[in-house]
Amino acid sequence: MEWLQQLVNGISIGSIYALIALGYTMVYGIIKLINFAHGDVFMIGAFIGFWAISRWDMGFIPALLLAMVICAVLGVIIERVAYKRLRNSTRIAALITAIGVSLLIENLMIFFRGAQSAVYPPTIENKTIDVFGAQINSLSLLILAVSIGLMILLQFIVHKTKIGKAMRAVSHDAEAAKLMGINVDNTISATFAIGSALAGAAGVIFGLYYTRIDPLMGIVPGIKAFIAAVLGGIGSIPGAMVGGMLLGVVETFVSAMGFSSWRDAAAFLILIIILIFKPSGLFGKNTREKV
Amino acid sequence: MLQVNGINVFYGNIQALHDVSIHVEEGEIVTLIGANGAGKSTLLKTLSGLLKPKTGEIMYLGKPIHGKAAQTIVKDGMSHVPEGRRVFANLTVEENLELGAYIRSDKAGIAKDMAHVYELFPRLLERKKQLSGTLSGGEQQMLAMGRALMAKPKILLMDEPSMGLAPLMVKAIFDIIKMVNAEGTTVLLVEQNAHMALSVASRAYVLETGRIVLSGDAQQLKESDEVRAAYLGGL
Repeated sequence: MEWLQQLVNGISIGSIYALIALGYTMVYGIIKLINFAHGDVFMIGAFIGFWAISRWDMGFIPALLLAMVICAVLGVIIERVAYKRLRNSTRIAALITAIGVSLLIENLMIFFRGAQSAVYPPTIENKTIDVFGAQINSLSLLILAVSIGLMILLQFIVHKTKIGKAMRAVSHDAEAAKLMGINVDNTISATFAIGSALAGAAGVIFGLYYTRIDPLMGIVPGIKAFIAAVLGGIGSIPGAMVGGMLLGVVETFVSAMGFSSWRDAAAFLILIIILIFKPSGLFGKNTREKV
Repeated sequence: MLQVNGINVFYGNIQALHDVSIHVEEGEIVTLIGANGAGKSTLLKTLSGLLKPKTGEIMYLGKPIHGKAAQTIVKDGMSHVPEGRRVFANLTVEENLELGAYIRSDKAGIAKDMAHVYELFPRLLERKKQLSGTLSGGEQQMLAMGRALMAKPKILLMDEPSMGLAPLMVKAIFDIIKMVNAEGTTVLLVEQNAHMALSVASRAYVLETGRIVLSGDAQQLKESDEVRAAYLGGL
Protein backbone atom coordinates (compact mmCIF):
# COMPACT_ATOMS: atom_id res chain seq x y z
CA MET A 1 0.00 0.00 0.00
CA GLU A 2 3.06 2.13 -0.38
CA TRP A 3 1.64 3.61 -3.58
CA LEU A 4 -1.61 4.72 -1.92
CA GLN A 5 0.39 6.49 0.75
CA GLN A 6 2.49 8.24 -1.89
CA LEU A 7 -0.59 9.08 -3.89
CA VAL A 8 -2.22 10.83 -0.92
CA ASN A 9 1.01 12.70 -0.16
CA GLY A 10 1.33 13.67 -3.81
CA ILE A 11 -2.20 14.94 -4.02
CA SER A 12 -1.93 16.98 -0.85
CA ILE A 13 1.33 18.60 -1.94
CA GLY A 14 -0.21 19.02 -5.35
CA SER A 15 -3.20 20.76 -3.84
CA ILE A 16 -0.85 23.42 -2.47
CA TYR A 17 0.51 23.92 -5.99
CA ALA A 18 -3.05 23.98 -7.24
CA LEU A 19 -4.08 26.74 -4.83
CA ILE A 20 -1.18 28.90 -5.99
CA ALA A 21 -1.74 27.97 -9.64
CA LEU A 22 -5.33 29.19 -9.42
CA GLY A 23 -4.12 32.74 -8.80
CA TYR A 24 -1.77 32.56 -11.77
CA THR A 25 -4.41 31.25 -14.06
CA MET A 26 -7.19 33.62 -12.96
CA VAL A 27 -4.99 36.69 -13.33
CA TYR A 28 -3.73 35.45 -16.68
CA GLY A 29 -7.28 34.79 -17.77
CA ILE A 30 -8.38 38.33 -17.05
CA ILE A 31 -5.40 40.55 -17.95
CA LYS A 32 -3.09 38.16 -19.82
CA LEU A 33 -0.28 38.74 -17.33
CA ILE A 34 1.89 36.09 -15.70
CA ASN A 35 2.02 37.61 -12.25
CA PHE A 36 5.47 36.52 -11.11
CA ALA A 37 4.95 38.27 -7.77
CA HIS A 38 2.30 35.68 -6.96
CA GLY A 39 4.78 33.28 -5.30
CA ASP A 40 5.76 36.11 -2.96
CA VAL A 41 2.16 36.71 -1.95
CA PHE A 42 2.21 33.02 -1.00
CA MET A 43 5.33 33.68 1.11
CA ILE A 44 3.66 36.63 2.84
CA GLY A 45 0.69 34.39 3.59
CA ALA A 46 3.00 31.85 5.21
CA PHE A 47 4.50 34.55 7.43
CA ILE A 48 1.15 36.04 8.40
CA GLY A 49 0.04 32.56 9.42
CA PHE A 50 3.27 32.05 11.33
CA TRP A 51 2.93 35.30 13.26
CA ALA A 52 -0.75 34.73 13.88
CA ILE A 53 -0.11 31.31 15.39
CA SER A 54 3.17 31.90 17.24
CA ARG A 55 2.86 35.51 18.39
CA TRP A 56 -0.84 36.24 18.48
CA ASP A 57 -1.89 32.81 19.74
CA MET A 58 -4.46 32.27 17.07
CA GLY A 59 -5.76 28.86 16.10
CA PHE A 60 -5.29 27.33 12.67
CA ILE A 61 -8.56 28.48 11.13
CA PRO A 62 -8.39 32.12 12.33
CA ALA A 63 -4.73 32.27 11.22
CA LEU A 64 -5.71 30.90 7.83
CA LEU A 65 -8.49 33.44 7.42
CA LEU A 66 -6.28 36.33 8.54
CA ALA A 67 -3.57 35.33 6.05
CA MET A 68 -6.17 35.13 3.29
CA VAL A 69 -7.57 38.57 4.06
CA ILE A 70 -4.18 40.28 4.27
CA CYS A 71 -2.98 38.59 1.08
CA ALA A 72 -6.17 39.63 -0.71
CA VAL A 73 -5.48 43.26 0.24
CA LEU A 74 -1.85 42.90 -0.78
CA GLY A 75 -2.87 41.46 -4.15
CA VAL A 76 -5.20 44.38 -4.81
CA ILE A 77 -2.51 46.90 -3.82
CA ILE A 78 0.03 45.24 -6.13
CA GLU A 79 -2.42 45.40 -9.02
CA ARG A 80 -3.47 48.99 -8.41
CA VAL A 81 0.05 50.32 -7.85
CA ALA A 82 2.11 48.32 -10.31
CA TYR A 83 -0.01 46.74 -13.03
CA LYS A 84 -3.04 48.94 -13.56
CA ARG A 85 -1.18 51.70 -15.34
CA LEU A 86 0.46 49.14 -17.64
CA ARG A 87 -2.80 47.72 -18.87
CA ASN A 88 -2.38 49.21 -22.33
CA SER A 89 1.35 48.74 -22.63
CA THR A 90 3.17 45.77 -24.08
CA ARG A 91 2.89 42.46 -22.30
CA ILE A 92 6.63 42.25 -21.83
CA ALA A 93 6.59 45.55 -19.90
CA ALA A 94 4.00 44.18 -17.49
CA LEU A 95 5.90 40.90 -17.17
CA ILE A 96 9.15 42.67 -16.30
CA THR A 97 7.23 44.79 -13.78
CA ALA A 98 5.87 41.61 -12.20
CA ILE A 99 9.40 40.29 -11.77
CA GLY A 100 10.35 43.66 -10.24
CA VAL A 101 7.45 43.49 -7.79
CA SER A 102 8.51 39.97 -6.86
CA LEU A 103 12.08 41.06 -6.07
CA LEU A 104 10.77 44.08 -4.18
CA ILE A 105 8.54 42.01 -1.90
CA GLU A 106 11.28 39.45 -1.22
CA ASN A 107 13.84 42.11 -0.37
CA LEU A 108 11.48 44.23 1.69
CA MET A 109 10.77 41.14 3.74
CA ILE A 110 14.49 40.48 4.18
CA PHE A 111 15.05 44.15 5.04
CA PHE A 112 12.42 44.20 7.75
CA ARG A 113 12.85 40.80 9.36
CA GLY A 114 16.10 39.37 8.04
CA ALA A 115 16.72 36.44 5.75
CA GLN A 116 16.81 33.74 8.41
CA SER A 117 14.15 31.10 8.31
CA ALA A 118 11.40 30.63 10.89
CA VAL A 119 9.86 27.41 12.11
CA TYR A 120 6.11 26.93 12.36
CA PRO A 121 5.00 25.85 15.81
CA PRO A 122 3.22 22.49 15.86
CA THR A 123 -0.40 23.57 15.69
CA ILE A 124 -2.21 20.52 14.53
CA GLU A 125 -1.56 17.13 16.01
CA ASN A 126 -0.11 14.94 13.31
CA LYS A 127 -1.25 11.37 13.67
CA THR A 128 -0.80 8.49 11.32
CA ILE A 129 -3.99 6.90 10.19
CA ASP A 130 -4.16 3.43 8.80
CA VAL A 131 -6.27 3.33 5.63
CA PHE A 132 -6.40 -0.04 3.84
CA GLY A 133 -2.93 -0.75 5.15
CA ALA A 134 -1.51 2.58 3.97
CA GLN A 135 0.02 4.90 6.58
CA ILE A 136 -1.51 8.28 5.87
CA ASN A 137 -0.75 11.24 8.07
CA SER A 138 -3.58 13.40 9.22
CA LEU A 139 -1.86 16.62 8.18
CA SER A 140 -1.95 15.54 4.54
CA LEU A 141 -5.64 14.92 4.87
CA LEU A 142 -6.18 18.31 6.50
CA ILE A 143 -4.29 20.05 3.69
CA LEU A 144 -6.36 18.18 1.17
CA ALA A 145 -9.60 19.02 2.93
CA VAL A 146 -8.78 22.74 3.19
CA SER A 147 -7.67 22.94 -0.44
CA ILE A 148 -10.66 21.11 -1.78
CA GLY A 149 -12.98 23.21 0.37
CA LEU A 150 -11.45 26.40 -1.02
CA MET A 151 -11.64 25.11 -4.58
CA ILE A 152 -15.32 24.29 -4.18
CA LEU A 153 -15.87 27.77 -2.77
CA LEU A 154 -14.01 29.24 -5.73
CA GLN A 155 -16.10 27.28 -8.21
CA PHE A 156 -19.20 28.56 -6.49
CA ILE A 157 -17.98 32.17 -6.65
CA VAL A 158 -16.93 31.94 -10.29
CA HIS A 159 -20.06 30.20 -11.53
CA LYS A 160 -22.90 31.31 -9.31
CA THR A 161 -22.22 34.83 -8.12
CA LYS A 162 -22.54 38.11 -9.95
CA ILE A 163 -18.88 38.99 -9.47
CA GLY A 164 -17.87 35.55 -10.78
CA LYS A 165 -19.91 36.01 -13.92
CA ALA A 166 -18.45 39.49 -14.32
CA MET A 167 -14.95 38.00 -14.01
CA ARG A 168 -15.63 35.48 -16.74
CA ALA A 169 -17.20 38.15 -18.94
CA VAL A 170 -14.24 40.52 -18.54
CA SER A 171 -11.78 37.73 -19.25
CA HIS A 172 -13.58 36.98 -22.51
CA ASP A 173 -14.21 40.53 -23.72
CA ALA A 174 -13.51 43.49 -21.46
CA GLU A 175 -15.03 46.06 -23.81
CA ALA A 176 -18.31 44.16 -24.18
CA ALA A 177 -18.32 43.75 -20.39
CA LYS A 178 -18.19 47.54 -20.01
CA LEU A 179 -21.26 47.78 -22.21
CA MET A 180 -23.08 45.61 -19.65
CA GLY A 181 -22.26 48.17 -16.97
CA ILE A 182 -19.51 46.03 -15.46
CA ASN A 183 -16.77 48.02 -13.78
CA VAL A 184 -13.72 46.36 -15.32
CA ASP A 185 -11.22 47.84 -12.83
CA ASN A 186 -13.14 46.54 -9.83
CA THR A 187 -13.58 43.15 -11.45
CA ILE A 188 -9.84 42.87 -12.05
CA SER A 189 -9.22 43.88 -8.43
CA ALA A 190 -11.62 41.19 -7.26
CA THR A 191 -9.72 38.63 -9.32
CA PHE A 192 -6.45 39.65 -7.72
CA ALA A 193 -8.07 39.57 -4.28
CA ILE A 194 -9.42 36.05 -4.72
CA GLY A 195 -6.26 34.67 -6.33
CA SER A 196 -4.06 36.22 -3.64
CA ALA A 197 -6.29 34.95 -0.84
CA LEU A 198 -5.87 31.43 -2.20
CA ALA A 199 -2.09 31.92 -2.32
CA GLY A 200 -2.20 33.15 1.29
CA ALA A 201 -4.07 30.02 2.34
CA ALA A 202 -1.53 27.91 0.46
CA GLY A 203 1.25 29.70 2.37
CA VAL A 204 -0.23 28.81 5.74
CA ILE A 205 -0.78 25.14 4.95
CA PHE A 206 2.65 24.94 3.34
CA GLY A 207 4.10 26.28 6.60
CA LEU A 208 2.21 23.70 8.63
CA TYR A 209 3.38 20.87 6.41
CA TYR A 210 7.01 21.76 5.79
CA THR A 211 7.39 23.85 9.01
CA ARG A 212 10.36 25.89 7.72
CA ILE A 213 9.59 29.23 6.02
CA ASP A 214 11.81 32.07 4.80
CA PRO A 215 11.51 35.19 2.61
CA LEU A 216 12.63 33.37 -0.54
CA MET A 217 10.38 30.35 -0.02
CA GLY A 218 7.91 31.59 -2.64
CA ILE A 219 10.23 31.26 -5.61
CA VAL A 220 10.26 27.50 -6.18
CA PRO A 221 6.61 26.76 -5.30
CA GLY A 222 5.69 29.83 -7.37
CA ILE A 223 7.45 28.44 -10.42
CA LYS A 224 6.03 24.97 -9.77
CA ALA A 225 2.55 26.44 -9.58
CA PHE A 226 3.21 28.30 -12.81
CA ILE A 227 4.14 24.95 -14.40
CA ALA A 228 0.95 23.48 -12.97
CA ALA A 229 -1.09 26.30 -14.49
CA VAL A 230 0.54 25.80 -17.90
CA LEU A 231 0.10 22.04 -17.62
CA GLY A 232 -3.60 22.45 -16.97
CA GLY A 233 -3.98 25.15 -19.60
CA ILE A 234 -3.31 28.71 -18.52
CA GLY A 235 -6.53 30.62 -18.02
CA SER A 236 -8.48 27.48 -17.10
CA ILE A 237 -9.57 27.12 -13.48
CA PRO A 238 -10.20 23.34 -13.53
CA GLY A 239 -6.91 23.08 -15.42
CA ALA A 240 -5.01 24.72 -12.57
CA MET A 241 -6.56 22.35 -10.05
CA VAL A 242 -5.81 19.21 -12.04
CA GLY A 243 -2.40 20.50 -13.16
CA GLY A 244 -1.37 21.17 -9.56
CA MET A 245 -2.47 17.78 -8.29
CA LEU A 246 -0.84 16.00 -11.22
CA LEU A 247 2.44 17.82 -10.68
CA GLY A 248 2.39 16.97 -6.97
CA VAL A 249 1.78 13.30 -7.69
CA VAL A 250 4.51 13.10 -10.33
CA GLU A 251 7.02 14.76 -8.01
CA THR A 252 6.14 12.48 -5.12
CA PHE A 253 6.47 9.35 -7.21
CA VAL A 254 9.78 10.50 -8.66
CA SER A 255 11.02 10.99 -5.09
CA ALA A 256 9.57 7.69 -3.92
CA MET A 257 11.40 5.84 -6.65
CA GLY A 258 14.61 7.11 -5.14
CA PHE A 259 15.28 10.01 -7.49
CA SER A 260 14.42 12.78 -5.05
CA SER A 261 17.17 15.02 -6.41
CA TRP A 262 15.43 14.77 -9.80
CA ARG A 263 12.12 16.00 -8.42
CA ASP A 264 12.44 19.59 -9.64
CA ALA A 265 13.89 18.42 -12.93
CA ALA A 266 10.79 16.30 -13.46
CA ALA A 267 8.59 19.37 -13.01
CA PHE A 268 10.53 21.36 -15.57
CA LEU A 269 10.61 18.41 -17.92
CA ILE A 270 6.81 18.40 -17.78
CA LEU A 271 6.79 22.11 -18.63
CA ILE A 272 9.05 21.55 -21.63
CA ILE A 273 7.03 18.59 -22.87
CA ILE A 274 3.76 20.50 -22.52
CA LEU A 275 5.14 23.56 -24.30
CA ILE A 276 6.38 21.43 -27.19
CA PHE A 277 3.45 19.08 -27.65
CA LYS A 278 0.38 20.79 -26.23
CA PRO A 279 1.06 24.44 -25.46
CA SER A 280 -2.62 25.06 -24.73
CA GLY A 281 -2.37 22.59 -21.81
CA LEU A 282 -4.73 19.81 -20.80
CA PHE A 283 -7.78 22.04 -20.43
CA GLY A 284 -6.71 24.75 -22.87
CA LYS A 285 -9.36 27.02 -24.31
CA ASN A 286 -11.33 25.09 -26.86
CA THR A 287 -14.64 26.95 -26.94
CA ARG A 288 -15.66 27.11 -30.54
CA GLU A 289 -16.53 30.55 -31.72
CA LYS A 290 -18.54 31.34 -34.76
CA VAL A 291 -18.02 34.67 -36.41
CA MET B 1 -33.69 62.56 -26.30
CA LEU B 2 -30.19 62.29 -27.73
CA GLN B 3 -28.42 65.31 -29.17
CA VAL B 4 -24.90 65.12 -30.60
CA ASN B 5 -23.34 68.49 -31.29
CA GLY B 6 -20.25 68.76 -33.48
CA ILE B 7 -18.15 65.93 -32.13
CA ASN B 8 -14.63 65.24 -33.37
CA VAL B 9 -13.23 61.81 -32.56
CA PHE B 10 -9.68 60.60 -33.11
CA TYR B 11 -7.85 57.28 -33.08
CA GLY B 12 -4.38 58.51 -32.13
CA ASN B 13 -3.63 61.10 -34.80
CA ILE B 14 -6.22 59.93 -37.25
CA GLN B 15 -9.51 61.77 -37.19
CA ALA B 16 -12.41 59.36 -37.52
CA LEU B 17 -15.34 61.76 -37.09
CA HIS B 18 -15.45 65.36 -38.30
CA ASP B 19 -17.89 67.74 -36.68
CA VAL B 20 -20.72 65.20 -36.52
CA SER B 21 -24.11 66.36 -35.29
CA ILE B 22 -27.19 64.15 -35.07
CA HIS B 23 -30.28 63.99 -32.93
CA VAL B 24 -32.66 61.20 -31.98
CA GLU B 25 -36.12 61.83 -30.58
CA GLU B 26 -37.93 59.56 -28.20
CA GLY B 27 -39.75 56.65 -29.87
CA GLU B 28 -37.96 56.97 -33.20
CA ILE B 29 -35.96 54.49 -35.22
CA VAL B 30 -33.10 56.48 -36.71
CA THR B 31 -30.59 54.86 -38.98
CA LEU B 32 -27.03 55.72 -39.81
CA ILE B 33 -25.90 54.34 -43.15
CA GLY B 34 -22.62 54.52 -44.96
CA ALA B 35 -19.82 52.47 -46.42
CA ASN B 36 -17.25 50.47 -44.54
CA GLY B 37 -14.90 52.74 -42.60
CA ALA B 38 -17.22 55.75 -42.79
CA GLY B 39 -17.19 56.06 -39.00
CA LYS B 40 -20.57 54.56 -38.13
CA SER B 41 -19.26 52.23 -35.44
CA THR B 42 -17.00 54.96 -34.14
CA LEU B 43 -20.02 57.18 -33.61
CA LEU B 44 -21.88 54.47 -31.68
CA LYS B 45 -18.82 53.70 -29.56
CA THR B 46 -18.50 57.38 -28.74
CA LEU B 47 -22.15 57.54 -27.71
CA SER B 48 -21.86 54.55 -25.40
CA GLY B 49 -18.65 55.88 -23.84
CA LEU B 50 -16.12 53.42 -25.24
CA LEU B 51 -14.46 56.33 -27.06
CA LYS B 52 -14.18 59.93 -25.96
CA PRO B 53 -14.75 62.85 -28.33
CA LYS B 54 -11.92 65.36 -28.42
CA THR B 55 -14.34 68.23 -28.88
CA GLY B 56 -18.09 68.59 -29.12
CA GLU B 57 -20.83 67.47 -26.80
CA ILE B 58 -23.28 64.61 -26.40
CA MET B 59 -26.46 65.47 -24.54
CA TYR B 60 -28.66 62.59 -23.40
CA LEU B 61 -31.94 63.23 -21.58
CA GLY B 62 -30.80 66.81 -21.15
CA LYS B 63 -27.45 65.96 -19.55
CA PRO B 64 -23.93 65.80 -21.02
CA ILE B 65 -22.58 62.23 -21.16
CA HIS B 66 -19.44 62.65 -23.27
CA GLY B 67 -17.14 62.49 -20.25
CA LYS B 68 -18.76 59.50 -18.62
CA ALA B 69 -17.40 55.95 -18.45
CA ALA B 70 -19.19 53.31 -20.53
CA GLN B 71 -20.34 51.34 -17.49
CA THR B 72 -22.19 54.35 -16.07
CA ILE B 73 -23.88 55.31 -19.34
CA VAL B 74 -25.61 51.90 -19.38
CA LYS B 75 -27.21 52.82 -16.07
CA ASP B 76 -28.69 55.90 -17.69
CA GLY B 77 -30.65 53.64 -20.04
CA MET B 78 -28.49 53.48 -23.13
CA SER B 79 -27.56 49.98 -24.33
CA HIS B 80 -25.18 49.23 -27.15
CA VAL B 81 -25.36 46.03 -29.19
CA PRO B 82 -21.82 45.99 -30.54
CA GLU B 83 -20.68 45.10 -34.02
CA GLY B 84 -19.94 41.40 -34.39
CA ARG B 85 -22.31 40.49 -31.50
CA ARG B 86 -19.54 40.13 -28.91
CA VAL B 87 -21.49 37.61 -26.86
CA PHE B 88 -19.56 36.05 -23.98
CA ALA B 89 -18.77 32.78 -25.74
CA ASN B 90 -17.51 31.11 -22.56
CA LEU B 91 -20.82 31.69 -20.78
CA THR B 92 -24.19 30.09 -21.33
CA VAL B 93 -27.06 31.86 -23.04
CA GLU B 94 -28.78 32.36 -19.71
CA GLU B 95 -25.64 33.76 -18.07
CA ASN B 96 -25.23 36.20 -20.95
CA LEU B 97 -28.75 37.46 -20.35
CA GLU B 98 -28.09 37.72 -16.61
CA LEU B 99 -25.04 39.83 -17.34
CA GLY B 100 -27.20 42.07 -19.49
CA ALA B 101 -29.09 42.87 -16.30
CA TYR B 102 -25.84 43.38 -14.35
CA ILE B 103 -26.73 46.96 -13.39
CA ARG B 104 -30.15 45.98 -12.05
CA SER B 105 -31.05 44.47 -8.71
CA ASP B 106 -34.83 44.09 -8.96
CA LYS B 107 -35.01 40.31 -9.08
CA ALA B 108 -38.69 40.15 -10.02
CA GLY B 109 -38.27 42.67 -12.82
CA ILE B 110 -35.23 40.83 -14.16
CA ALA B 111 -37.11 37.52 -14.19
CA LYS B 112 -40.01 39.17 -16.01
CA ASP B 113 -37.76 40.75 -18.62
CA MET B 114 -35.89 37.48 -19.11
CA ALA B 115 -39.21 35.76 -19.80
CA HIS B 116 -40.02 38.52 -22.28
CA VAL B 117 -36.68 38.10 -24.07
CA TYR B 118 -37.36 34.37 -24.36
CA GLU B 119 -40.76 35.25 -25.79
CA LEU B 120 -39.17 37.50 -28.42
CA PHE B 121 -36.50 34.89 -29.17
CA PRO B 122 -37.86 31.38 -28.49
CA ARG B 123 -34.66 29.99 -29.98
CA LEU B 124 -32.74 31.34 -26.98
CA LEU B 125 -35.05 29.58 -24.56
CA GLU B 126 -34.33 26.25 -26.27
CA ARG B 127 -30.63 26.87 -25.91
CA LYS B 128 -30.48 28.60 -22.55
CA LYS B 129 -28.01 26.17 -20.95
CA GLN B 130 -25.78 26.06 -24.03
CA LEU B 131 -22.48 27.94 -24.24
CA SER B 132 -23.17 30.97 -26.39
CA GLY B 133 -20.02 30.35 -28.44
CA THR B 134 -21.75 27.33 -29.94
CA LEU B 135 -24.73 29.32 -31.29
CA SER B 136 -25.12 30.20 -34.96
CA GLY B 137 -24.45 33.78 -36.08
CA GLY B 138 -28.15 34.63 -36.15
CA GLU B 139 -28.73 33.16 -32.70
CA GLN B 140 -25.78 35.11 -31.37
CA GLN B 141 -27.30 38.29 -32.80
CA MET B 142 -30.55 37.46 -31.02
CA LEU B 143 -28.63 36.88 -27.82
CA ALA B 144 -26.73 40.15 -28.17
CA MET B 145 -30.04 41.97 -28.61
CA GLY B 146 -31.69 40.11 -25.76
CA ARG B 147 -28.72 40.83 -23.54
CA ALA B 148 -28.96 44.55 -24.30
CA LEU B 149 -32.71 44.53 -23.64
CA MET B 150 -32.10 43.00 -20.21
CA ALA B 151 -30.68 46.35 -19.09
CA LYS B 152 -34.15 47.84 -19.81
CA PRO B 153 -32.76 50.52 -22.13
CA LYS B 154 -34.59 53.67 -23.11
CA ILE B 155 -32.47 53.79 -26.24
CA LEU B 156 -30.87 50.87 -28.05
CA LEU B 157 -27.79 51.44 -30.19
CA MET B 158 -27.45 48.65 -32.73
CA ASP B 159 -24.31 48.16 -34.77
CA GLU B 160 -24.70 46.14 -37.99
CA PRO B 161 -27.23 43.59 -36.76
CA SER B 162 -27.52 42.09 -40.26
CA MET B 163 -23.80 41.44 -40.68
CA GLY B 164 -23.07 37.95 -41.97
CA LEU B 165 -26.64 36.70 -41.60
CA ALA B 166 -28.82 34.84 -44.06
CA PRO B 167 -31.62 36.96 -45.62
CA LEU B 168 -34.38 35.22 -43.67
CA MET B 169 -32.54 35.81 -40.42
CA VAL B 170 -32.00 39.47 -41.35
CA LYS B 171 -35.73 39.85 -41.85
CA ALA B 172 -36.43 38.19 -38.50
CA ILE B 173 -33.99 40.49 -36.72
CA PHE B 174 -35.49 43.58 -38.32
CA ASP B 175 -39.00 42.46 -37.37
CA ILE B 176 -37.84 42.29 -33.78
CA ILE B 177 -36.25 45.72 -34.00
CA LYS B 178 -39.63 47.08 -35.08
CA MET B 179 -41.36 45.18 -32.28
CA VAL B 180 -38.93 46.45 -29.64
CA ASN B 181 -39.45 49.97 -30.94
CA ALA B 182 -43.22 49.56 -30.83
CA GLU B 183 -42.85 48.60 -27.15
CA GLY B 184 -41.36 52.03 -26.53
CA THR B 185 -37.60 51.65 -26.97
CA THR B 186 -35.92 54.26 -29.14
CA VAL B 187 -33.51 52.75 -31.66
CA LEU B 188 -30.39 54.12 -33.32
CA LEU B 189 -29.43 51.64 -36.00
CA VAL B 190 -26.14 51.47 -37.86
CA GLU B 191 -26.32 49.45 -41.05
CA GLN B 192 -24.51 48.64 -44.25
CA ASN B 193 -27.68 47.04 -45.52
CA ALA B 194 -29.13 50.43 -46.39
CA HIS B 195 -32.22 49.02 -48.03
CA MET B 196 -33.38 47.19 -44.90
CA ALA B 197 -32.36 50.01 -42.60
CA LEU B 198 -34.22 52.68 -44.56
CA SER B 199 -37.35 50.59 -44.69
CA VAL B 200 -37.69 50.36 -40.88
CA ALA B 201 -36.36 53.80 -39.93
CA SER B 202 -38.25 57.06 -39.81
CA ARG B 203 -35.17 59.23 -40.33
CA ALA B 204 -31.67 58.57 -41.58
CA TYR B 205 -28.19 60.05 -41.70
CA VAL B 206 -25.61 59.19 -44.33
CA LEU B 207 -22.04 59.12 -43.12
CA GLU B 208 -19.10 59.37 -45.51
CA THR B 209 -15.46 59.37 -44.39
CA GLY B 210 -16.37 60.67 -40.97
CA ARG B 211 -18.77 63.40 -42.06
CA ILE B 212 -22.56 63.55 -42.23
CA VAL B 213 -23.26 64.18 -45.91
CA LEU B 214 -27.02 63.70 -46.06
CA SER B 215 -29.87 63.48 -43.62
CA GLY B 216 -33.61 63.45 -43.63
CA ASP B 217 -36.72 61.37 -43.90
CA ALA B 218 -35.85 57.69 -44.46
CA GLN B 219 -38.42 57.21 -47.21
CA GLN B 220 -37.24 60.28 -49.12
CA LEU B 221 -33.60 59.26 -48.79
CA LYS B 222 -34.47 55.83 -50.09
CA GLU B 223 -35.82 57.43 -53.25
CA SER B 224 -33.10 60.03 -53.66
CA ASP B 225 -30.73 59.48 -56.56
CA GLU B 226 -27.61 60.02 -54.50
CA VAL B 227 -28.47 57.35 -51.96
CA ARG B 228 -29.72 54.95 -54.62
CA ALA B 229 -26.52 55.33 -56.57
CA ALA B 230 -24.20 54.98 -53.63
CA TYR B 231 -25.89 52.55 -51.25
CA LEU B 232 -28.77 50.77 -52.89
CA GLY B 233 -26.99 49.21 -55.82
CA GLY B 234 -27.67 52.08 -58.22
CA LEU B 235 -31.07 50.92 -59.41
